[in-house]
Amino acid sequence: MNVGPAAALSLLLRRELCLSFRRPDQLLQPLVFFLIVTTLFPLALSPELTLLREMSPGVLWVAALLASLLSMDGLFKGDSEDGTLEQLALSGQSLGLIVAAKTFAHWLVSGAALVLVSPLVGTALAIPVDAFPIMMLSLALGTLTLSWLGAIGAGLTVGLRRGSVLLSLIVLPLAMPLLIFGANATDRAIGGESAAGALYFLAALCVFTSSLAPLAATAALRITLE
Amino acid sequence: MWTWFYRLASPPYVYRVAAAFAPWLLGIAGALIAYGLVDGLAFAPRDYQQGDAFRIIYVHVPASSLSVMAYTLMAVAAAIGLIWRIKVAYAVAAAVAPIGASFTLLTLVTGSLWGKPMWGTYWAWDPRLTSELILLFLYFGVMSLRAAFEDPNRGDRAAALLAIVGVVNVPIIHFSVVWWNSLHQGATILKLGKPQIDATMALPLYAMLLGFLLFFGGVLCLRLRGEVLNRERQASWVREAVKS
Amino acid sequence: MSAHSKRLDVDQVHVFRGDRHVLRGVSLRLDAGELVHVRGPNGTGKTTLLRVASGLLRPEQGKVTWDGRAIMDTRSEYQRELAFASHEPALKSDLTGVENLRFTVGLKRRVTDAELRAALERAGVAACADLPARVLSAGQRRRVTMARVVAMRASLWLLDEPFTNLDAAGGQLLTQIIDEHLTAGGSALVVAHSALTLTRPVRQLDLSS
Repeated sequence: MNVGPAAALSLLLRRELCLSFRRPDQLLQPLVFFLIVTTLFPLALSPELTLLREMSPGVLWVAALLASLLSMDGLFKGDSEDGTLEQLALSGQSLGLIVAAKTFAHWLVSGAALVLVSPLVGTALAIPVDAFPIMMLSLALGTLTLSWLGAIGAGLTVGLRRGSVLLSLIVLPLAMPLLIFGANATDRAIGGESAAGALYFLAALCVFTSSLAPLAATAALRITLE
Repeated sequence: MWTWFYRLASPPYVYRVAAAFAPWLLGIAGALIAYGLVDGLAFAPRDYQQGDAFRIIYVHVPASSLSVMAYTLMAVAAAIGLIWRIKVAYAVAAAVAPIGASFTLLTLVTGSLWGKPMWGTYWAWDPRLTSELILLFLYFGVMSLRAAFEDPNRGDRAAALLAIVGVVNVPIIHFSVVWWNSLHQGATILKLGKPQIDATMALPLYAMLLGFLLFFGGVLCLRLRGEVLNRERQASWVREAVKS
Repeated sequence: MSAHSKRLDVDQVHVFRGDRHVLRGVSLRLDAGELVHVRGPNGTGKTTLLRVASGLLRPEQGKVTWDGRAIMDTRSEYQRELAFASHEPALKSDLTGVENLRFTVGLKRRVTDAELRAALERAGVAACADLPARVLSAGQRRRVTMARVVAMRASLWLLDEPFTNLDAAGGQLLTQIIDEHLTAGGSALVVAHSALTLTRPVRQLDLSS
């Protein structure tokens, strides 16, 4: 009669996706923010295509980072506010599993969505189409890593006043390596060179973070729940 | 064997011991720093490449070493607090944070002062300075997080977890910044290169390093007493200690 | 319900919230079939006690054991055997009654939708099964959480002010449900302001002392 981890994971993912899709407007917000921030740069600097192409890896990545962080705040906040986070914590399932399920589901509807929208942004920033695959791969790895880092920040700041500002303050310095590697991979892809070095580092960072961050995020949530 | 460890965890004991150590640490530190500054700033020979500007390394290099050592100490104290649930460890972590942040700030300022004659500008995204800047952000994160909690116990634990997450990231951040910098090496030499150290220059440098370390220890003892008093303010021993 | 009767032992528990010494050496023993009614004025730590008993909050001193084992050692298994109802209804406003139950009870034990609907029926809110929780009244939400507790089929019930927002009929229904739970061998720790009249004897724990 017990619910094993696989069944629990599936149920948790369904719960998160169900809740996300009941609020489609909230799903779109990070994506729109991504587009808006991207638009700010040509307006602030210059619409000249060669200049845009040079700035594009940086603009793309900073915009993606900020857009992902924007929604990270909501990872635990909704459940914390209506008391359902406690119910999850007391479900008898491991808290680590719950945190992993919520974070992954959150990435699916924010980070992965950003990756899918990135060709639009890429076109707006004069990124050549053959650079798109590397661009999207690096964004996928980067946003996944960021989701894990964000989960730690979210776990630490749930229920704090101005928690979302503090969350960004905590997560952004930790996200600088992935920004460096990801933007570089995109840059090299645009220049037609091999992005393998940067991508390997990015992938290693992603694996490292994905294995350790869930532990830290779970510990953070336990501190919050007390 | 572990009795000394648990004795160290007793707040009144730490309060007394810190008071005993502080004047010695600060006194010896003062002597070492005075020697280091005088010898380094006035007497050590000029570097043939960098002229007199390099003298700032007598402050800059020890400060940067201390900034990283302090963060590591903060993270170790945080881990001790979380794993063994020893309250004094949280007091240590809280006491270290602003001192470490100050050393980081000192590193940045002295680095920037060094940079002006070297690069012609106060800031040029040198890898070491950039890493120190990110370290400063990490310090701010830990201090802000602790301050944001109304319940100081939870604040301590949250800040402790963040300190540990940060310390794991420090090597990664440093590596990625060095990598990033090597890609964008322009014509000008951006790295604050240490000039060739020979004996006359090395001695004041080590003196400054040790002096800063002892100074750090002394200030830590003083701040630690304050943190311990604050955290234990309900306890009876505090009333006795404050009366005397 | 488990065939063995397990005992909850709370032993000299102390909890501090910042400077406040909220629980001062609280002890209680709860055997199968028993109910302890926790009472006391506001701020005496009734909710805190429940959270310590649930394993969410680790006390500064003292410990809690279930069936002889410390709950902190086997936290997940222990929590699988309990049903916790907090002061707030703890429902997702975007999910329907049945969905709310499915995503909570379904994590504790394998359960069919039919069983969940039957639980909602028992609680008198079968009509709310397919309505999103945000359109339900406070009383209806309380009944949905009642259904959740019943559907979990847990041995230990930790209920924080479960009678809030229930009308007279609802209150009677809840009393009946608690009675049945105790008769079947379950135990319950209940925080409530008013007296509880059950067919079983009720022990009181007054935290204001």
